[in-house]
Amino acid sequence: MDIFDTFLNAEVMRRTFPLLLRGLWITLQLGAASIVAGLGLGLGLAMTRLYAPAPVRFLTRVYIDIFRSIPLLVLLIIVYYALPFVGLRLSPFASAMTALTLVSGAYTAEIFRAGIEAIPKGQFEASAALGLSGRQTMADVILPQAVRIVIPPLTNNSINVVKDTALASVVAMPDLLKQATQAQALAANPTPLIVAAAIYLAFLWPLVALVSRMERRFAARRR
Amino acid sequence: MTGFVSIRNLRKSYGTFEALRGINLDVAKGEVVCIIGPSGSGKSTLIRCINRLEGFSAGSEIRVDGMPVTSGRALAKVRAEVGMVFQSFNLFPHLTVRENVMLAPRRVRGTLRVDSAAQADRLLARVGIGDQAGKYPEHLSGGQQQRVAIARALAMEPQVMLFDEPTSALDPEMVGEVLDVMRDLARTGVTMIVVTHEMGFAAQVADRVIFMDAGQIVEQGPPAQVLSAPQEPRTRDFLGAVLNH
Repeated sequence: MDIFDTFLNAEVMRRTFPLLLRGLWITLQLGAASIVAGLGLGLGLAMTRLYAPAPVRFLTRVYIDIFRSIPLLVLLIIVYYALPFVGLRLSPFASAMTALTLVSGAYTAEIFRAGIEAIPKGQFEASAALGLSGRQTMADVILPQAVRIVIPPLTNNSINVVKDTALASVVAMPDLLKQATQAQALAANPTPLIVAAAIYLAFLWPLVALVSRMERRFAARRR
Repeated sequence: MTGFVSIRNLRKSYGTFEALRGINLDVAKGEVVCIIGPSGSGKSTLIRCINRLEGFSAGSEIRVDGMPVTSGRALAKVRAEVGMVFQSFNLFPHLTVRENVMLAPRRVRGTLRVDSAAQADRLLARVGIGDQAGKYPEHLSGGQQQRVAIARALAMEPQVMLFDEPTSALDPEMVGEVLDVMRDLARTGVTMIVVTHEMGFAAQVADRVIFMDAGQIVEQGPPAQVLSAPQEPRTRDFLGAVLNH
């Protein structure tokens, strides 16, 4: 039995590929939903972190620090296995999305905050002098500029979220990794795992390359 | 008598440093006032208090057209009446020149897009950059950017225009074009308060020149008097240093 029959078995590949595609679809759904929800949560947290009354600002900081410290896998297991004890029973998808969103939101909040703080004070002053409200200043002047600055770190964070979706397989969610491990057990052959890894790479490598290119371009423009 | 802009006992401190030490000032409607003085004298702080970009100590009072400069909703109303031009232009870099001028009327006054676009083009033509409306600020020279900033402030049809050293960040060859626009503006009867180091402009355009030092108004009067025959030794020292170099 040579190495190809073991790790890249064509017959196993053909049989299990549809299964992997189904898993990929769920992985992408989970990733996209968590990224979008995390962006919304992160923007809200960034606003309260910067502009809310002091006690709320403090609580936001505590939230951000907690959810950047806790291992995602631990959080996921708490959401899925511990919350039912207080009557909150979430599906594997909802559990995974909750955990991913809570953590992604914390990171995204810090990214947005850095972006907003990078905008010169004069932009806020010019907006105020024109009579724009705080909300209008944010929406029309500050955020459009801040978002441009933070697109590379936001994309980076999104890549992390998609990678972290693989953890959802521990709460029995039929994502790409879970399908691959099941197919591997079924076929008694590791080929599906290798194929799954290749699929993750095929999706994420271009994004990683894109971030590098954006970062180089941003750095060049700043000079 | 109280002025269109009326400032009573204006005080401001940064920690133990007193930036403004009891300023009283009335500016009449249509008056052009130039404020001169050494750096650190509090002249920029003074005009930044008028639209409350800087807070000030309790007991101070500023009114614009009778409206007290406080906070919240009332402050937004005052700010809509008070235009401001900054030393560093502070144009919005992500918007075109035309959009820079259109933003505040659309958001604050609710002006329709077509109307504010037409108004923007009119104002840009007036400050001599009608042909640059579609460009982004970074593609304009400093002088052009500052003229856009003036058009942007005028779009709100302010009762008072504040200028905070509007030509100090410009290359020398661009100072003139900005001062020309300000001179035209002064002729239209807009109330103007100008912090400047351009003594020639103050001499020609101002109705009144105010000399500030150490957070106080030291001397004020018609430009011919303050600039040519100053009474106070501090004014004389300053003018001597500025004019003979």
